[in-house]
Amino acid sequence: MKSGKHLKGFWLSIVLAVIFSVVVQFLISGGTLNPFYVNTLFSICINIILAVSLHLIIGITGQFSIGHAGFLAIGAYASAIMTMKLGLPFPAAILAAGIAAAAAGVIIGIPTLRLRGDYLAIATLGFGEIMRIVFLNIEYVGGASGMTVSHLTTWPWVITCVLITIIVIANFTNSTHGRACLSIRENEIAADAMGINTTYYKVMAFIIGAFFAGVAGALHAHNFYIIQPPNFGFLKSFDILIFVVIGGLGSMSGSVIAAILLTIISTFLSNYPEVRMIIYSLVLVVMMLFRPQGLLGTKEITAFLKMGKSAKGGSKDGGKHTVA
Amino acid sequence: MEQFIQQLVNGISLGSIYALIALGYTMVYGIVKLINFAHGDVFMVGAFIGFYSITFFHLGLFPALLISMTACAIFGVLIERIAYKPLRNATRIAALITAIGVSLFIEYGTIYIRGAQPEAYPSGIAPLKSIEIFGVKISGQSLLILAVSFFLMIVLQFIVHKTKIGKAMRAVSHDMDAAKLMGINVNNTISATFAIGSALAGAAGVIFGMYYTKIEPLMGIIPGLKAFVAAVLGGIGIIPGAMAGGLLLGVIEALVSAAGFSLWRDGVAFVVLILILIFRPAGLFGKNVREKV
Repeated sequence: MKSGKHLKGFWLSIVLAVIFSVVVQFLISGGTLNPFYVNTLFSICINIILAVSLHLIIGITGQFSIGHAGFLAIGAYASAIMTMKLGLPFPAAILAAGIAAAAAGVIIGIPTLRLRGDYLAIATLGFGEIMRIVFLNIEYVGGASGMTVSHLTTWPWVITCVLITIIVIANFTNSTHGRACLSIRENEIAADAMGINTTYYKVMAFIIGAFFAGVAGALHAHNFYIIQPPNFGFLKSFDILIFVVIGGLGSMSGSVIAAILLTIISTFLSNYPEVRMIIYSLVLVVMMLFRPQGLLGTKEITAFLKMGKSAKGGSKDGGKHTVA
Repeated sequence: MEQFIQQLVNGISLGSIYALIALGYTMVYGIVKLINFAHGDVFMVGAFIGFYSITFFHLGLFPALLISMTACAIFGVLIERIAYKPLRNATRIAALITAIGVSLFIEYGTIYIRGAQPEAYPSGIAPLKSIEIFGVKISGQSLLILAVSFFLMIVLQFIVHKTKIGKAMRAVSHDMDAAKLMGINVNNTISATFAIGSALAGAAGVIFGMYYTKIEPLMGIIPGLKAFVAAVLGGIGIIPGAMAGGLLLGVIEALVSAAGFSLWRDGVAFVVLILILIFRPAGLFGKNVREKV
């Protein structure tokens, strides 16, 4: 399937990413980037992980999950317990966060993924709210007052996690499994009739998405010094959903771009939280009215770069169709 | 035992508020197959309109209730005409995302206009006397809530089953295209549905404010979600189902808090939701419909 050209592009982007991260590392350790910019950069990266992981569930598999903050919360608390209560090193905490969230993904995914469309959305929303209430009621993790976490998130960890997330999910999408997921998105009944085990692939996408959301949770917890249950309410889920929707349901580069842009915008508007939310909501409504497929539709950014030549890749109907 | 009945009455009062909101969800879903996330915010707007008409214009409870219901009906129709109507033929996901956007817009628009600070509903607009029935003290407020909500539900049943617009609503929810062919004005019927549902939510907002005394711009989120749970519990799209689901959910919540788990109360509704979706997705009153390709 993969031509030599494809592979060359893959390694080229890896090399570029590594060069970029080394440069940023020098800028940070040299003190050129002040803490405000560093923090924004970390938020952007965490949001990219969240957006890409949700993109796999909504954009690729077409399962409308709006409880992603629940997995973020599980990852954040699991990693915080690992480092603060058990004294384990940070990498172990990141891994544990991912595994805990993935386990939650199995538990919640197997029953709820039998549901479709609106019902699934509401069930996942309910799951997110249940997680928030559970953490609110467990005294071991601080209850309502939250849990203080030491600052362990550093640039190498953040960028490594971002790269791993993007590589894993991009390769998953291009694999047999990814194509099975795409067929579920396009028409679940037809996919079922073609012999695809739809439940298996839906749960698989859900678990991978949950795993990376958990990883993002670990980075989030160790970046912000304190984690509190209200930070993981359904507004957070909506934030992540907005990245995916605005970027284009089905386009990974779209969700990455949306995550970067919206994080920058919301950082600048952080003094005016109401204005930020009003702009967000207006963008969401206007987008659905005039461009329901999102910024990039189902295409990837590379498809636009190649547009001048022959547009072989991407969908043939010009990205007009949307999910479900 | 006395305690138990007391809690049961509290649960029924709370449940009838959920039922009023759930009716709007269920009617809208039955017709346009859209989870109107903004419905909880219409409820919030209703509570505020009621509050301002009581404090600024010194109106009594019932005039405030009527004003709030009228204003919410207009508001609901506006939302439908501006945001949802252009999306009538769009995908379900696009409509759902629009609903989320409208909901956020109303919430933060309200915060932007008047600030996020909570407001205390004036006490003394409702009878505070409590009545003893069979040795159980029942507060006048609970009785008033029950009376208002049951009255509204009966009116709704009358509208849906005995009037022309009700007949049109049932026809459109049954088959929109066939209804259009029979000469029913589908757009007006949908607007009427939004108006009736929003008016009920406005009434629920006023009684909620009276019962809990505290209102704030984000108050609509949780009751809205729970009312949706109630609608699903009863079978979405079915009007008696929404009433029963609301009452049942209120009673379950009251019993959970009575058992000493009041902090878990908000979680119970969602557990109920997930259980009902897994074991009986059509709801308590719903029939299983076979899926057609």
